[in-house]
Amino acid sequence: MSNLLILPILVPLVTAVILIFFSKNILIGRWVSVISSIVTIISSLVLVNQIHMDGIQTLDIGSWPAPFGITLVSDMLSALLVTTTSIISFCCILFSFRSIGKERERFYYYAIVQFLMVGVNGAFTTGDIFNLFVFFEVMLMASYVLLVIGGNKIQLRESIKYILVNVTSSTLFVITVAYLYSVVGTLNMADISVKINQMGQTGIITVIAILFLIVFGLKGAIFPLYFWLPGSYYAPPAPVMALFGALLTKVGVYSILRTYSLFFYHDTGYTHQILWILSLITIVIGVIGAIAYWDLKKIIIYNIITAIGIILYGISQMTKDSINGSVFYLIHDMLIKAALFLLIGIIISITGTSKLRNFSGLINQYPFLGWMFFIATLSLAGIPPLSGFLGKLLIAKGGFLEKDFVGALIVLLSSLFVLYSLMKVFINGFWGTFKGERNQTAPVKFLLVPTTVLIVLAIFYGVGSEWISTYISQASEVLINPSIYIDAVLKE
Amino acid sequence: MKTSDVILQTMTKVISFIIVLFALHLFFAGHYHPGGGFVGGLITSGAIVLLLLAYDIKTVAKIFPFDYKILIGLGLLFAVGTGVGSLFFGVPFLTHAFGHFHLPLLGETSLHTAVLFDTGVYLVVVGVTMTIIQTIGESE
Repeated sequence: MSNLLILPILVPLVTAVILIFFSKNILIGRWVSVISSIVTIISSLVLVNQIHMDGIQTLDIGSWPAPFGITLVSDMLSALLVTTTSIISFCCILFSFRSIGKERERFYYYAIVQFLMVGVNGAFTTGDIFNLFVFFEVMLMASYVLLVIGGNKIQLRESIKYILVNVTSSTLFVITVAYLYSVVGTLNMADISVKINQMGQTGIITVIAILFLIVFGLKGAIFPLYFWLPGSYYAPPAPVMALFGALLTKVGVYSILRTYSLFFYHDTGYTHQILWILSLITIVIGVIGAIAYWDLKKIIIYNIITAIGIILYGISQMTKDSINGSVFYLIHDMLIKAALFLLIGIIISITGTSKLRNFSGLINQYPFLGWMFFIATLSLAGIPPLSGFLGKLLIAKGGFLEKDFVGALIVLLSSLFVLYSLMKVFINGFWGTFKGERNQTAPVKFLLVPTTVLIVLAIFYGVGSEWISTYISQASEVLINPSIYIDAVLKE
Repeated sequence: MKTSDVILQTMTKVISFIIVLFALHLFFAGHYHPGGGFVGGLITSGAIVLLLLAYDIKTVAKIFPFDYKILIGLGLLFAVGTGVGSLFFGVPFLTHAFGHFHLPLLGETSLHTAVLFDTGVYLVVVGVTMTIIQTIGESE
């Protein structure tokens, strides 16, 4: 049925509405949200399969034909991202059961997580630029609540900054859409692409392209717009941090990928040059931060920034290899960042601190946790059988083929520093003599279940990359050749 | 010194009904004239706010004995339900249907499922506004 592609948005939405009625009953909240996440995962997997068989799926909301109504478009890229999002949310919800605390659970926590899923899945699926804005807002509103829920002092302070930055960038988003609308006169993304193609990429379109880069750069934390991220992501508890780190910035990256491959591909000299410079500086900034800190959360947070730089570098090259690599790396990074945040959430619940110098010798009591962290570290750095390898290899290959040795070398060198920054955690935290407190009541076994699921998926993603690459190349094919997307939407 | 609000309270008794009627008028006129669920909801909550100004929170809670947060959920259920309904007919999400019906008393009337969606908007707007005002009003 054609309505299949709306299910990953609709199921969380209906769930969230149901959960509003049962906010005081924690048990119902847990069960309903787990069941609905499983339904979301299943429907998104069916969607991936359907796209693999029949090509891009489109749905004209309200039966209004393409450029006039809102069209939802699910190509392979968005379907894969929706699947990843659903799996990560499922794991984070499971992780929340024993870690988030009854106070938060009673205060609409599960409903808000479902609303976050609505926003993220919607942003990945929509084919209308203003609808993208609306889903951004759904996602951001939910993230404001998740950031502030609990009401600690640090959460309140960081929420003010986070909301201020995001309100500013949302305003800029509306202004940019207004510019674009006044130039091309349409909001449907495929139709915008056609109109820009007809008029050629004039100066004003390039200005709009840069404005979009600023908007999505603020959401996705690229240099010099990343300044809000280290503080804001430091405040919330671990499962919320995992949701943020894995999903929110990636929506910004996806939007850059979508707009720069669908709208602004005619005159790539200027825009993609800027993207190139910014992405490389982003990598360097992230690496510097990851090495500099002796705090678990900060190290992972700066690793997010590095990963965003690497993905954007792949986008700026705009070759088949590098786009393939970017898509590969994007999905890997979502999985592994969620896993890492959940892992350090477990570590913090054991040691009670995120300061790396305050504890050591965890491996004697928690060997499984230690080796899981080790595998996640290797996977993030891109050691061959694991998931980070192929994406980074393709991105570097794309750089070398374009004779951009500086960029490709920075991408390769960044791996070394990423590995160093997390090995520092492993060596200082897990090895060595017993030091620091141990909270014996921490439900480590339970918390390890969703984390292990994510890490096993990441391993499978790396080992089975041969099998997965057919899906990935189908995703990047649309990005390289936007006419496939336009034909699917406008049905010409 | 104890002040008396007799003028304010008497005027409120008269005016709040007129405001609610005006809100309902705007709500139902939305399809052909300016208005709709959003303004209708806002003006309805305006009437309740007037009651809050003239009386106190406890009295108003006695007049409207329900949780406004449930109202938000109910409104969302209306809006989502209108969309989901179209799924059962095998048409794209949020496809609306309309038709002319001959109702007893009202006579020839055109009915549209968009009104159900608007009802959802109306309930959510009333629920959100009143939740915000009551929460701020009750917090010390």
